[in-house]
Amino acid sequence: MKSFTLQILRGTEGNQYVEEFELELTPLMNVITALMEIQKRPINKKGELTTPVVWEQACLEEVCGSCSMLINGIPRQSCTAMIQPILDETGTDKIHLAPFDCYPLIRDLVIDRSRIFDDLKRIKGWSEVDGSRSTEFGPKILPKTQEVMYELSTCMSCGCCLVACPNYTKTTQFVGAAVVGQARLYNLHPNGKSNKEERLNTMMGKGGLHECSKAQNCVQVCPKKIDLVEAIAELGDQVTAHAFKEFFGSNSPEE
Amino acid sequence: MAIQQEVIVVGGGLAGLSAAMRLAEHGILVHLVSLTKVKRSHSVCAQGGINAAVNLKNEGDSPYIHAYETVKGGDFLANQPQVVEMCLAAPQIIKMLDRFGCTFNRNLEGGLDVRRFGGTTFNRTVYCGSSTGQQLLYALDEQVRRYEVKGLIKKYEHHEFMRLVIDEEGISRGIILMDHYNLKMEVLKANAVIIGTGGLGFMFKKSTNSTICTGAANGRLFMQGMEYANGEFIQIHPTSIPGHDKLRLMTETLRGFARVWVFGDETKQIKDENGNWIPCGKTGERWYFLEDMYKLLGNLVPRDIAARAIHQVCELGLGVEGHKQVYLDCTGFDESLVKKFQSVFEIYQKFTGEDPKVKPMKIYPGVHYTMGGAFVDYPAEEDGDRHLRFKYMTNLTGCFNVGESQYGIHGANRLGGNSLISCIFDGLVVGDEMQPYFHQLKKDYKEIPEEVFERALAKEQAFKHELMSKKGVENIHQLHEELSEILVRDCTVVRHNESLEKAVQEIKKIRQRYKNIRLDDTSNELNQTFIFANQFRGMLEIALVIAKGALLRDESRGGHFKPEFPDRDDVNFLKHTIATYDPDEGEPVMSFREVDTRYFTVAKRDYKKKVTLESLDLSKIPSNLPAYV
Repeated sequence: MKSFTLQILRGTEGNQYVEEFELELTPLMNVITALMEIQKRPINKKGELTTPVVWEQACLEEVCGSCSMLINGIPRQSCTAMIQPILDETGTDKIHLAPFDCYPLIRDLVIDRSRIFDDLKRIKGWSEVDGSRSTEFGPKILPKTQEVMYELSTCMSCGCCLVACPNYTKTTQFVGAAVVGQARLYNLHPNGKSNKEERLNTMMGKGGLHECSKAQNCVQVCPKKIDLVEAIAELGDQVTAHAFKEFFGSNSPEE
Repeated sequence: MAIQQEVIVVGGGLAGLSAAMRLAEHGILVHLVSLTKVKRSHSVCAQGGINAAVNLKNEGDSPYIHAYETVKGGDFLANQPQVVEMCLAAPQIIKMLDRFGCTFNRNLEGGLDVRRFGGTTFNRTVYCGSSTGQQLLYALDEQVRRYEVKGLIKKYEHHEFMRLVIDEEGISRGIILMDHYNLKMEVLKANAVIIGTGGLGFMFKKSTNSTICTGAANGRLFMQGMEYANGEFIQIHPTSIPGHDKLRLMTETLRGFARVWVFGDETKQIKDENGNWIPCGKTGERWYFLEDMYKLLGNLVPRDIAARAIHQVCELGLGVEGHKQVYLDCTGFDESLVKKFQSVFEIYQKFTGEDPKVKPMKIYPGVHYTMGGAFVDYPAEEDGDRHLRFKYMTNLTGCFNVGESQYGIHGANRLGGNSLISCIFDGLVVGDEMQPYFHQLKKDYKEIPEEVFERALAKEQAFKHELMSKKGVENIHQLHEELSEILVRDCTVVRHNESLEKAVQEIKKIRQRYKNIRLDDTSNELNQTFIFANQFRGMLEIALVIAKGALLRDESRGGHFKPEFPDRDDVNFLKHTIATYDPDEGEPVMSFREVDTRYFTVAKRDYKKKVTLESLDLSKIPSNLPAYV
């Protein structure tokens, strides 16, 4: 049986260390299965008894975003990270796991991604509706628009695009591509549009769109292949139009 | 003292979020407790769609047909008032989600598109690509965020429900919750508690559920005296792909287009829907066995029937490549279908390394849904004492239970597309029950002596201390693996009394070994070993409920199939199994309770004829039931 080594950056804030685990490679094994094996037998490569590795997980089918981490430096979900192809790609018998470094570290591979959800509040990430009791259908939306909305709405707030972004760090306030994508989504829906102006104002303020340096790392790592570059460009146009309008004081309700 | 308008909602899936939203609309302050960021709840995993008889294709569909097919699909074990009221409200719920901006697939004119699911002949399922649950959850997440900003909802994410606080009069007054990040236990007070903690698939380990679906919250409540109903009814989804860490769902809508087959063997025989023995196709040729066995619905028979047929075909030695698997063939899909199912295809390819557009998928049934759950009251709208009782209240006063974690709507088998609608319906209904419930309360939680809360807190702290100081030899994850093997072996597609008796004893042995565990981690910082070991205590009790419930039910109904008793037995078992906890007995105490079958006559469940409005006797259903919630 072939074996491989997981090198895991473990520990808590200010107290991180690398621990190695040697595991047997089973067919179709993913990183999660490997971590589960360590839970059952928490013995490191040196043969010492250690604590099981701590990581976040839920759906294990790449739709909840929980199990995101840096795998050989690349942000992705560990459930769809199959061991064999990664080893083939790097030509080694080692895989390196680390927590996202742009968020407060909780422990081992778990970080606190609350910032994403706080930013969604900042951009008023919702449709403004009249409660849940109305018996009306929503506004009609042509399939073409729905397709754009659906793609944006598959964003699971996993943070891959954010940790990959050079302007999204512990010390900056940039909202990042994921949140820009959501702003575009809400601006597309007729009931989301009622907050469009405020949303664009936020995008013009601290942490707004101008903090994007167009590195385009985001689009490379998005597990849902969302066209984040397009979203940033489109929202940039909206911001420009909005700024122009603000300047000239037009507030036509038609817009 | 005025009753504080404050409620605790445990669970941030569809049921919990819709409850939180409706409560906030009433101006009630909601404390929303969730193991994870609510946006990561298990509801995101639902793929295919949500059912509502909106009759968008003008096929003569009606909420009453939806209700009848739900009741029939559940082999008549569902409580009919709950089902009828849900199906009547379903179209309005779809409209609500549409207004929220949920990204439903559209027809050419921009209206909602619909498709067909199992157990019906109507196009009744509204959907968003292949991630309907995700899109619905996000739509509700956004509304909850809106109320959060307004200060009406307060979230406690990465927190876990540990215990219900019950006052001296037996009334729920809050919970003990634990912060996962530091294992700190705290008291959270309110005047009612709503539990919406989903299913328990992770007890079986190999299931389509998220790993956070442990059933632990219901297990804890069960140990505090909550009645648990129909535990033996576990849905096995016919089409999942195997994996070491979990099984992965391939949506039921695939069966609307793909064909299920194996290579035939005419020397073997199988029983069709008329009870006739038919040959297993032609030797060496493709045998589309579901189409052969079930003429009207074919590949779209309900899940329990499809899962059983696949199991039988594999037992006959016809499994693909000699393994327990059959083909789900999507190789003939045209471009537009490929596009619709792209995300599902991608998932399949990621986990198996094979392209389903080129090679037929290989699938096998897997644990998917928990029909059983907390026993809850459900006074029908027409009942004389409707306003003296409360919908979705458990036998623990002031503790409500909604969504997958309650038992009432799906009976012995759930139809595809009904889970999402039932979760949202439950959440909205329970949201409307709170003010009437508060109205009859005589005391506010602020009048309850502090000792009541402190005692509850002390119990949880003592158990934490006990677990942390264990010096035994057993590993909690190893025990879980062994428990899951018993459950998968004896409590899934086919059940035998002999093995069920053994299963009960084996689970008890694991419970004994659980006393002899040792935690490989004793720190207080996000100690997942402790968290899971703590959950495991309640999980063991519910595992016993499942096995013992299956053992006692000597019949076959919906998802529960016993070859020794192959027929449904309405005389003895048209009843809900009720389990109660008894620490002295060492096993759950079981009894049976009547099913509310007031609207539709209990009939044989077959799928030979199309159900139409004209074919239904609706005379017992009041004509003035509301079509909204």
